[in-house]
Amino acid sequence: MLRLEKRPTPSQFWLYATPVVAVLLTMIAGGILFGLLGKNPVAVIKTIFWDPIFGEFAFYLRGQLLVKAGPLILIAIGLSLGFRAGIWNIGAEGQYIMGAICGAGVALALYPTESRLVFPLAILAGALGGWAWAMIPAILKTRFNTNEILVSLMLVYVAETILAKASTGFLRNPEGAGFPGSRSFSTFKAASNPELIAGSGLHWGGVAALATGVAAYVLLSRHILGFQIKLAGQAPRAARFHGVNPEKLVLLCMGLSGALAGLAGLFEVTGPAGKISIDFNVGYGFTAIIVAFLGRLNPLGIVLAGFLMALTYVGGEMAATNMGLPSAAIQVFQGMLLFFLLGVDVLTNYRIRSAFMGAR
Amino acid sequence: MDFGGINPVILIASLMVAAVPIMLAALGELVVEKAGVLNLGVEGMMIVGAICGFITAVHTGSPVMGFLGGAVGGAALSLVFAFLTQVLLANQVATGLALTLFGLGFASLMGQGYNGIKPPPTLSVPMGPLADIPVLGPILFDHDWMVYMSIALVALVWWVLKATRLGLIIRAVGESHDAAHALGYKVNRIRLGCIAFGGAMAGLGGAYISLVRVPQWVDGITAGAGWIALAIVVFASWRPWRVLIGAYLFGGITVLQLNLQAAGSAIPVEYLSMSPYLITILVLVIMSSGRGRAALNAPASLGQNFHAAR
Repeated sequence: MLRLEKRPTPSQFWLYATPVVAVLLTMIAGGILFGLLGKNPVAVIKTIFWDPIFGEFAFYLRGQLLVKAGPLILIAIGLSLGFRAGIWNIGAEGQYIMGAICGAGVALALYPTESRLVFPLAILAGALGGWAWAMIPAILKTRFNTNEILVSLMLVYVAETILAKASTGFLRNPEGAGFPGSRSFSTFKAASNPELIAGSGLHWGGVAALATGVAAYVLLSRHILGFQIKLAGQAPRAARFHGVNPEKLVLLCMGLSGALAGLAGLFEVTGPAGKISIDFNVGYGFTAIIVAFLGRLNPLGIVLAGFLMALTYVGGEMAATNMGLPSAAIQVFQGMLLFFLLGVDVLTNYRIRSAFMGAR
Repeated sequence: MDFGGINPVILIASLMVAAVPIMLAALGELVVEKAGVLNLGVEGMMIVGAICGFITAVHTGSPVMGFLGGAVGGAALSLVFAFLTQVLLANQVATGLALTLFGLGFASLMGQGYNGIKPPPTLSVPMGPLADIPVLGPILFDHDWMVYMSIALVALVWWVLKATRLGLIIRAVGESHDAAHALGYKVNRIRLGCIAFGGAMAGLGGAYISLVRVPQWVDGITAGAGWIALAIVVFASWRPWRVLIGAYLFGGITVLQLNLQAAGSAIPVEYLSMSPYLITILVLVIMSSGRGRAALNAPASLGQNFHAAR
């Protein structure tokens, strides 16, 4: 009989080893899944994890990696701050959509102004849109003690309805012959978010993601606020004695994660997506939750995790087009990764002891 | 007797049908939370139940087998949650989210090739002349058996939690797992059983959506019903009969907004279709405010993992 014994302090080795073990286990379980779907498991795993970086079309796919990793990292870093403090914003998808709508709305209102200020204004509006959408659950939590998980999630469905209204109604391209979708940003130079270095996939969103990663690292390791966030999560009582105001922390963490999700939405809609359309959002807000945990809620870890998750997106698309792998299989694969991650994490805090062998 | 193109008798009769999925799922989650476990994976278990039930019903040709299949599917997925949180002591919030993310993908993977198929119909229970009574007939005596069973299950859960030894043990585990452990109850095993029950109920609710409510298979068919079920548990302040009231309230709103859409009301369709979610938020605010009245009723060990030191 195996039993668990709590470690006096979390194991430093397993803290860093668990994500690696989880990824390996997911590859094995995913391989079995792909095998059951009638595909060659080794070939699929290679297509997902190897080909985008070293394969035949890597010159193009490497750029795609950054395109997908940017929004994931941006959102996940925001979420990780809240998760650390025990504040669960899981409505990032809604904040992402609202950021995109607000930012794009401001930019499109200024069409066809060719001023340098249009794009910065749109960025500001995008961040504000996401921030405002996240403030709803935050204020309801601080004022009425409402569960932020449920409220932020409900607001995702509301945001999706507003997006449908935006793309068929108030943001629809007036010259689009009645088709849904806004004016394309590729024809609106002042507000577009192009690739900065050709072929790299780097746009302003990627720059923002990497900068946010560094900023969050500094915040958490060097700033009093980062200390308070960590303290509130690990020892809420001690945090109150330390003078941490829990309500302020909720407003701050929710607001920050909302603003970052809004930014991600704006960069996506003005860049890779190109316009507001009814389904421009592809669930980054939810996948970012996995990224945040995979990165162990650590900014630098999240940057790495973001690239790994981008790999499953890009490689998954490759596997879908080349080998006919259903795209839902990738979603299952990503979900499994989170399962394994949470499961393996037991080794960080507990030792496994065998009752037969006695204490070693 | 129509008001703005809406017949109140048909409205009440159809809200009882619309309420079944969220009522079943919320009832299951109520038991889970009474045992001190917060499973946020209701949406994932519901949609897996929806597809499992749909596939079973299509292949066996029997809706009863379909509902059974849905319950088994939901329970199977909930066991993953139970293993991770009760054996490996993973964080319940994160694991619940993982369950939903995984379930949505898994259901859409299983459902490939099942789009556009009609499941075998679930017929109304024949009540003879009772169904012909004006007003009361269509409301009370002209439903399929799941509508009656959902009400019976509310009564059963209420009775078990209130009046049986099992209910007392479940509540003890949820209120203070340390005390329950000291009394010799196997906290994690009892919780495991409750989680499986919650999963089966969510799966049953999901199967009702794909077999009766819609009835066909489309991706993302549950459309947030699992999250609304979670909100209803808070609304009900962990009391079974209030789950019934909450579910009928939300069923009513859903049906009413659909009817208003069909009747061509002046309110834009978008605002109508977001109304169930907005009203959920409103209800949460009302129930949670006022010195945390709902919170007072919450099981004391809700969301905390239990690890027996010896």
